[in-house]
Amino acid sequence: MLRATLKSLLGRKLRLVLSGLAVVLGVMFVAGAFVVTDTLGRSFDQLFATAFEGTDVSVSAKPKIEVSEMEGEQVPSALPAKTVDEVRNVAGVKTATGMVTADGARVIGSDGKVLAGTGPPRLGNNWVGEDDLLKLREGRGPQRDDEIAVNALVAKQGNLKVGDRVGVLTLEPKKTFTLVGIWGYKNDKDSIGGSQEVAFTEPVAQKLMIGQTGMFNSVVVKAADGVTPEQLRDRIATAVGAGYDVKTGDQLAEDNAAGLKEFLGFFNKILLGFASVALFVGIFLILNTFSIIVAQRTRELAMMRALGASRRQVIGSVLLEAVVIGLVAAALGLGAGVGVGAALGELFASLNDGFEMATVGVPLAAVLSSLIVGVLVTVVAAVLPALRASRISPVAAMQDVATPDRPLTKVSVSGAIVSAIGGTMLGLGLFGSGGLWLILGGVLVCFIGVALLTPLISRPVVGLLGRLFSWSVPGRLGRLNSGRNPRRTAITAAALMVGIALVTGVTVVMDSAKTSIAAQAEDTVKAQVIIGGEQNGPRPPTFDPAVLDQTRQIAGVRSAAGIWNDQAQVNGKLTYVTATDDLARLADAFGGPQLPALKPDQLALSTQELSDRGWKVGDAVDVQLAHGDVHKYTIAATYDEDTMPGTYLLPAAATKDFGIPQPVFAFVRLTDGTTVDQVLPGIKALVADSPEVSATDRTTFIDQQLSDFDTVITMVQVLLALAILIAVLGVVNTLALSVLERTRELGLLRAVGLSRSQTMRMVTVEAVVISVFGALLGVVVGSGLGAAVVQALNDDGIDQLVLPWGGMGLYLVLAALVGVLASVLPAIKAARLNVLAAIAAE
Amino acid sequence: METPVAARAEEVWKVYGKAEAQVTALRGVSASFGRGRFTAIMGPSGSGKSTLMHCLAGLDTVTRGTVHIGGTEVTGLNDKALTRLRRDRVGFIFQQFNLLPTLTAAENIRLPLDIAGKKPDPQWWDTVIETVGLSDRLSHRPAQLSGGQQQRVACARALMSRPDVIFADEPTGNLDSKSGAEVLAFLRDSVREHGQTIVMVTHDPVAASYTDRVVFLADGSIVHELANPTPETVLEAMKSGEVLV
Repeated sequence: MLRATLKSLLGRKLRLVLSGLAVVLGVMFVAGAFVVTDTLGRSFDQLFATAFEGTDVSVSAKPKIEVSEMEGEQVPSALPAKTVDEVRNVAGVKTATGMVTADGARVIGSDGKVLAGTGPPRLGNNWVGEDDLLKLREGRGPQRDDEIAVNALVAKQGNLKVGDRVGVLTLEPKKTFTLVGIWGYKNDKDSIGGSQEVAFTEPVAQKLMIGQTGMFNSVVVKAADGVTPEQLRDRIATAVGAGYDVKTGDQLAEDNAAGLKEFLGFFNKILLGFASVALFVGIFLILNTFSIIVAQRTRELAMMRALGASRRQVIGSVLLEAVVIGLVAAALGLGAGVGVGAALGELFASLNDGFEMATVGVPLAAVLSSLIVGVLVTVVAAVLPALRASRISPVAAMQDVATPDRPLTKVSVSGAIVSAIGGTMLGLGLFGSGGLWLILGGVLVCFIGVALLTPLISRPVVGLLGRLFSWSVPGRLGRLNSGRNPRRTAITAAALMVGIALVTGVTVVMDSAKTSIAAQAEDTVKAQVIIGGEQNGPRPPTFDPAVLDQTRQIAGVRSAAGIWNDQAQVNGKLTYVTATDDLARLADAFGGPQLPALKPDQLALSTQELSDRGWKVGDAVDVQLAHGDVHKYTIAATYDEDTMPGTYLLPAAATKDFGIPQPVFAFVRLTDGTTVDQVLPGIKALVADSPEVSATDRTTFIDQQLSDFDTVITMVQVLLALAILIAVLGVVNTLALSVLERTRELGLLRAVGLSRSQTMRMVTVEAVVISVFGALLGVVVGSGLGAAVVQALNDDGIDQLVLPWGGMGLYLVLAALVGVLASVLPAIKAARLNVLAAIAAE
Repeated sequence: METPVAARAEEVWKVYGKAEAQVTALRGVSASFGRGRFTAIMGPSGSGKSTLMHCLAGLDTVTRGTVHIGGTEVTGLNDKALTRLRRDRVGFIFQQFNLLPTLTAAENIRLPLDIAGKKPDPQWWDTVIETVGLSDRLSHRPAQLSGGQQQRVACARALMSRPDVIFADEPTGNLDSKSGAEVLAFLRDSVREHGQTIVMVTHDPVAASYTDRVVFLADGSIVHELANPTPETVLEAMKSGEVLV
């Protein structure tokens, strides 16, 4: 008897560990998110502090349009050389240096490919000589217009050495230079935060990076002794006037870091969102564990009641246990989270060559959120079992209580009601005026509703699923076992359902969107050949505008139109604009309406935007582009938004004021009877000098442009893997319990000749049936949710519902595998049972 | 009367625990159980009667000595061979019935054969079902059966594979006297009519009176034997046994 008690206690401990593990994993995710954002944030602080170490005050022209870091690239305005002189003459200025520093200098490595640049900028500068920070390692600075120097990171990544001929893409198409110098930074760094830097002579830098000689991006000022940066800043600000931003080096570092931290905050929210899913799944697992513990302690709790303990005390004892588990798990999760955060930081650093990570810290937010979340989740999950425990009557202590098989009516009815509420919320969120929170809340409530309905569904479905395994005795026994405790099976399966439903739902939406957009593109884009590249960084790949005219010369080409993209303020409102060198040809390439060629002060826009803004054809609108002054354009033509690229179409003349004055795409339409293969090699040859772009046929181009959807699906799958892992722990938990509860039965089966391997197979079948049931629910619920979202997006052009059959099949197969894995330990435990002890077990 | 031996123990010792905590459950027990005989093992609590049965059935290992079932030496077999032995040559009846709650009566009866991947002999099936009187209860689950019916299902399960020997551990311990009598009569009949060998552990003199022979154990040794017992002779032997102890 003592042995049996000890065994059950040990078994209970194991289950506590398992449910605790769910909290540990969830909290780890939460803490990890906070730690990584904090660490990277401080890394950025350090990075910019270093970068602006030698700057006391910086002067730059106010940008023409304000673009936040989340919306796109801020295009800095240029300032003339006379401003540099003005600044130099301010009292207290020791030195004032006109600087050209602009993103977009893409160096071609020795392998002919553009050096990868996904995060940090690729700066093109004017060479201003060495200083405290910057030291030449080899050679000298550029002196002639065909010379450049690069930082050590560029030399390393491009495998370049002094004396090499190096191609660089800038605002202008590829130009080739002689590499004359390689520099590094103090403390032996190759780069500042992974930035690639190229230095030209001043006029070349101005021409290539600003597009205008005699202009600079900023003035870097050093203060004379005895003048503080703040004093100097105020003096310079007065001197140059309102058109300029004058900041101290510290301010500049802070502003730069703040922009990146905005991204980090967004990243943090995404991670926390996935952490919530993991914790939500964890609640199912903990709820199951506590229910089981309460059921097993029925006698003990009844005894306590008989001895005079109040209901409140019983609830208290169960909840106290939850608090303790929650605290311990949260502490462990916090520790693991610090490790995960550090690992994520390292990963980021390794992806960005030259990025230096700050020492890993544990922010207060991580500690507080870990403890609060850990305890809250555990206690919430323990509330229902605690209430149930308090309802145990004292008489139960005297009776041999069989676990009563309570009817499922109540739970099923409440499940139906909750599902209906969730469905309504979701419906309102998707089709009504409701927002994102209503949709997310609706999904959550739907999950709870379905989970409540699951016991009811489990009977027929599990029975049906189990038939697949009924060909052998162990299989049949396993199937019967999985149907024995519908509540427990249901909660276990529901936990798995959540993760799989979300993955399936996202896949349905993404696949539908992808297919719908591809179909529309196939429908609207009449161009047979497209020149363009895949955008990986903040700057889209571009090519030489001369390619457009050269393309038109090729025999078999009917028309070719290029487009430029940028952001602009139209009557004060920030919006995306597109320019084309030939509106009529662009309309031809899209098979769109007959549109006239635009005069330099005319624009065309979509009819939808026209009515939204309350304009009419012939009205004049003010457009402020990244460079230049406000320009008035007359609305010359309108078109249906779905038929043409872009909401606003500006004439080619506008492109000189674009942040990136080079075309990003060209749409080529061929004459009748010409095949793609006939012209493609010729067009490809034209863009050979632009390694970032290529000429492709339409289908390839569409696939390329839509590859982001697949990336999103993969990311969601990776991030939801943790929620699924926790669900697997739930399966392990349920099985371990089945084995423990059925000790005597297992003993009998072994006594009448069931072999060890057959015993293991029986447990495995039970696990597989539960897992596949969960996955099946997930696939069905996820498809439903996805279909609802697609339906809601119907008006936005997502008009095709694509169910990812392959993916769903894969999830089911994976679930079966997961079941097999989850059953390994419990199955071994079952097989190892001592037959005699098992039969004698109480 | 010389009959072939179905199960045999020779100089069997069983010692539990180590050093001071050592408990000797069996002290050199030798006994044979003839084929087609119904034998009862009796003795007070702690006499070692259950241990003897477990060792004979291959459920427990012996410390010293040998055990044979039919011509096979049980001692020294590995788990796989023991599993096969239990499956094919030994049947069990427990005090707690030990039926699988998920299976119907018929499925429970067929379970050992199903595990072995064998089909029941239809004639033998009918015979057994008829003898236990369960023909109208076959599709019921254990929870829907009375204790006596459940134990009769367990008996049918043990008989169905025609094992060399059936071991019954207090089969009437959880039954009222009427159901107990039915089960015992049924066990006796299966020995008389079908030549089944049964070894039954009991402490009920009435139950023992259904058997052909009673072996009395005390303190791990056989202290007395009684052939063709009646409740009175058994009680008398028990009393004298108490004096002996």
